Amino acid sequence: MTATHEATPAAAGAGKAMPSISARRRRSMVGNAWRGFLKAPFSAKFGMVVIAVYVFAAIFAPWIAPYGEAEVIGAGYQPWSFQFLMGTDQLGRDLFSRLIFGARNTVGVAFLTTLLSFALGGCLGLIAAIAKGWTDQILSRAVDALMAIPVLIFALLLLSIFGTSVINMVLVLAVLDSTRVFRLSRAVAQNVVVMDYVEFARLRGERLPWIMRREILPNIMAPMVAEFGLRFCFVFLTISALSFLGLGLQPPTADWGSMVYENKMLITVGRLTPLLPAGAIALLTVGVNFVVDWFLHKTSGLRE
Amino acid sequence: MNAVLKIVLQRLGLGLITLFVVSLIIFVAILMLPGGFAEAILGQAATPETVAAFNKEIGLDQPAYIRYFNWIAGVLQGDFGTSYASRVGYRREVAEMLAPRAFNTLFLAGMTAIIAVPLSVGLGLLAALYRNTLFDRAINMVSLVSISFPEFFIAYIAIVLLASPAVFNILPSLAKVDEDAGLWERIYRCSLPAITMTLVIVAHMMRMTRAAIINVLASPYVEMARLKGAKPWQIIVRHALPNAWAPIVTVVALNLAYLIVGVVVVEFVFTYPGMGKQMVDAVTARDVPVVQACALVFAATYIILNLIADVLGIVTNPRLMHPK
Repeated sequence: MTATHEATPAAAGAGKAMPSISARRRRSMVGNAWRGFLKAPFSAKFGMVVIAVYVFAAIFAPWIAPYGEAEVIGAGYQPWSFQFLMGTDQLGRDLFSRLIFGARNTVGVAFLTTLLSFALGGCLGLIAAIAKGWTDQILSRAVDALMAIPVLIFALLLLSIFGTSVINMVLVLAVLDSTRVFRLSRAVAQNVVVMDYVEFARLRGERLPWIMRREILPNIMAPMVAEFGLRFCFVFLTISALSFLGLGLQPPTADWGSMVYENKMLITVGRLTPLLPAGAIALLTVGVNFVVDWFLHKTSGLRE
Repeated sequence: MNAVLKIVLQRLGLGLITLFVVSLIIFVAILMLPGGFAEAILGQAATPETVAAFNKEIGLDQPAYIRYFNWIAGVLQGDFGTSYASRVGYRREVAEMLAPRAFNTLFLAGMTAIIAVPLSVGLGLLAALYRNTLFDRAINMVSLVSISFPEFFIAYIAIVLLASPAVFNILPSLAKVDEDAGLWERIYRCSLPAITMTLVIVAHMMRMTRAAIINVLASPYVEMARLKGAKPWQIIVRHALPNAWAPIVTVVALNLAYLIVGVVVVEFVFTYPGMGKQMVDAVTARDVPVVQACALVFAATYIILNLIADVLGIVTNPRLMHPK
């Protein structure tokens, strides 16, 4: 992904005189990606396909879903049929449609939270690694203190104070999760900061943001990308848990965690419908974990 | 021995500081309460007098540091303040509300630990013994999957399998426990939540046990035992296990700490009257003193278990016992 992104400005810079070269280069990029995909072990392939399907469902939800997100289309708790693929929920909304919209809401919110957490934790971690001294001490000790409390417990405390809403949940989780990102980015950046070229950039008079972006970030990209996958899983599971507890995404938004809770009555009569949204959560987490495992193996050079 | 004592004391001191800082954080959280909180709690019909009385009740007329010391002094004497659910002539002490709940949670966690710890250590030993076989790979797969599953998914799968007409219908799907239920009745009612929590934590403990044993198996004295002709099972139990205890004990303590987070969701699924359920209900009702008390108890347990893991890791490390 990143590779194609970086190639584009270079290809554009080559000018219009040689469009064939840029086209060939891009094709070989796609080819490389495809060959890399074919070489991946089965578990990683499985994970990538799962992620692709979820992303597709999230982006095109309104076009795929047979009914609207909060549209009441029949009696409650209808069984599975051709008209309602997975039956209806407690209010008579089509469960299959809500499952598809859930991909957009649940995964989207979790992704946004992880992005925020990385922006915050990553920046602070890099600053701590570069600045050292007091800045590093203060930031690290503050993070130590915050990490002494389990995330879910801390999140519950903060939500009771600020009130439960999606924005509050995203902010609270992003801040709490950024402590973990801070730890990792600081640790890996510390190995890079001692390099000669960073010292050189500093002597040249480059400013902090430039050093962070141009000298350090490219060199810590691989562990950070893997960490992004793992943190996403964690945030995703926490958001699902909070929504399941009724403290996260609020109705009528279609969300997998709260869908499980709303339909839990069906379980006790032996119907499996509530397991579907829970399974959707589990499947994505397993998929991301598979891909991260493979990516870590590939980039750390343990195998191949 | 002196060196060990010094390190242990250092860790204990650090743990105390952490506890203090965490209590400070939990207290400071209440300072961030948005304005008009009293109106939000008391409802639209609140007169200015009741609002003022409420603000005085939660101590908003005093400076923060005095309130902190009052609060922490109360906590140390077992007084967590009064719930916002209390009204005139109907005081509800947080400590009184929490005591039976805390006992229930402790009972559930203890039951889980009794099942999960021997099970995971045993399975981990087996996986180390039969490593790189189908059994080992299957266990690896199951543990990865169970780490990725949300707790409530595992809980509902357990309900489908054991407490619904779909497969077996032998256990109660709701863990309603009365004050005067007998021990066996209590165990029967808690069985599904305990099974769920076991499934949640077993995988990780098992994996770490396996890793710890395999790590030791690479050392020369195990090679020696093998050359001597000891049986594989003997090598693991007699030669490898004693040196693998430290990491295993640490992992067990850490996972028991993890139970604290799992307990919130699992209690909610089974409507088990424990502290986790209480905390979720209090968050919904924005009953801040109750949430604060729960958060403090959970966080303190978490820190203390981590501390125990740390100290056990040091004490069971034979290298530290005999300094060169």
